[in-house]
Amino acid sequence: MSSRTPESAALATARTVLDDRDISRALTRITHEILERNRDASDLVILGIPRRGVPLAARVAARINEVEGVEMPYGSLDITMYRDDLRMRPARALEHTDIPARGIDGAVVVLVDDVLFSGRTIRSALDALNDLGRPKAVQLAVLVDRGHRELPIRADFVGKNLPTSLAENVRVHLAESDGEDAVIIASPTDGTEGDA
Amino acid sequence: MMRHLLSAGDLSRDDATAVLDTAQEMLSIASRPIKKLPTLRGRTVVNLFFEDSTRTRISFEAAAKRLSADVINFSAKGSSVSKGESLKDTALTLQAMGADAVVVRHHGSGAPHRLANAAWIDGAIVNAGDGTHEHPTQALLDAFTMRQHLGPLDGANITIVGDVLHSRVARSNALLLETLGANVTLVAPPTLLPVGVASWPVDTEYDLDAALEKADGVMMLRVQRERMNAAFFPSAREYSRRYGLDARRMARLPEHAIVMHPGPMNRGMEITADVADSDRSVIVEQVTNGVAVRMAVLYLLLSGERPAEPTEEPQA
Repeated sequence: MSSRTPESAALATARTVLDDRDISRALTRITHEILERNRDASDLVILGIPRRGVPLAARVAARINEVEGVEMPYGSLDITMYRDDLRMRPARALEHTDIPARGIDGAVVVLVDDVLFSGRTIRSALDALNDLGRPKAVQLAVLVDRGHRELPIRADFVGKNLPTSLAENVRVHLAESDGEDAVIIASPTDGTEGDA
Repeated sequence: MMRHLLSAGDLSRDDATAVLDTAQEMLSIASRPIKKLPTLRGRTVVNLFFEDSTRTRISFEAAAKRLSADVINFSAKGSSVSKGESLKDTALTLQAMGADAVVVRHHGSGAPHRLANAAWIDGAIVNAGDGTHEHPTQALLDAFTMRQHLGPLDGANITIVGDVLHSRVARSNALLLETLGANVTLVAPPTLLPVGVASWPVDTEYDLDAALEKADGVMMLRVQRERMNAAFFPSAREYSRRYGLDARRMARLPEHAIVMHPGPMNRGMEITADVADSDRSVIVEQVTNGVAVRMAVLYLLLSGERPAEPTEEPQA
């Protein structure tokens, strides 16, 4: 999940590293890579990780529909209840989990998220999947990989590798939730830590 | 969310909505092949029941276990309490055992409040029914059930019928439904309405038939048999005739109206069997929803520390 800093946090520099056309191209490429890797779309299930992974999953599914002419099942997978930091943070609102009717047993599940950072969200997602069924394989597509992994997890499909410092914030804006498509890197001026 | 859940009146509209929304997600867990989440692993929930209540206890137990918490059932009957142990010493014992949450059912009104405010125990206190005072999780599961069938409760007309005087369910429902914007009408014989009912945010009515035609939901309260001989009403039969819900009365309800009962039912007394088993009855759903709502309450009270200030959401 991408972080959302309070608007009040003064930002010395906020630069847009991907605009709407870059994001569109990246998603188109990811779509084709998913189809190349999996030969056809018959066993695929696309699951977005709320919040911003869900519209991205919907866009990838729509592109697969266009390219393959099939109705691609997609849904969302909330990982809140599987987080490893629940004890350290206040209770969070749950997001919606919506698994397509075919289920995930025997499917190739492609998890979609906006930013891959520590890898902890994806670890939680793997646990969540485990309770929902037994996929044949799980693959990971992310719009941005910003590095700083804390677990042995990597993405199969990456929109953009973005080397960042820990002090920086990576913010993904999507038209569905933010009114625009953009990936923005912001550096805090007040010496505060970036994303944890 | 608050630290404890003692009264339905303590919940703001946002708090109540957060519980109901969380419960909506929890409800989907029941349809999964593996009905368990790791969320409260390593947390200990104690069910401290000074009164018999199998239904509420197993509902809380199922909720805690589905969230992977460890559950300890403490029944006062046959325990140290029957040997004269005080509430304080019981609380100190639970504290020493490391209880993260204590679900309390007590015959004394205010016992959960005492536990929460006496600093004997660090854990969250959940009121599972205290005397004739409150039963907030019952009100939450009732609101959840109504919301499922009626949509948002703003402006909904809910009629609560029966022994309001001794009913913690009625009191909690009146408070929560008012918070959620519903109009509540209490229907009871004058002897079974509390003295201060004029200060409640409700309308009162002695005639059940007059209160049915505009009701979106009717909640029948259990007539407690121990009240039968206490001269609150002349006879069980008369009560049933005047305040019982039968098929004839149910037919006067609007097409979309639902019939609720907190259970356990006295079939043939406050509700006839054909009404209890009819399509409009959501009494069994209330039980299912009870587990989801209690999961939501335990999750919101037990997951995480309460920070001094809002923390930033981390990234993946």
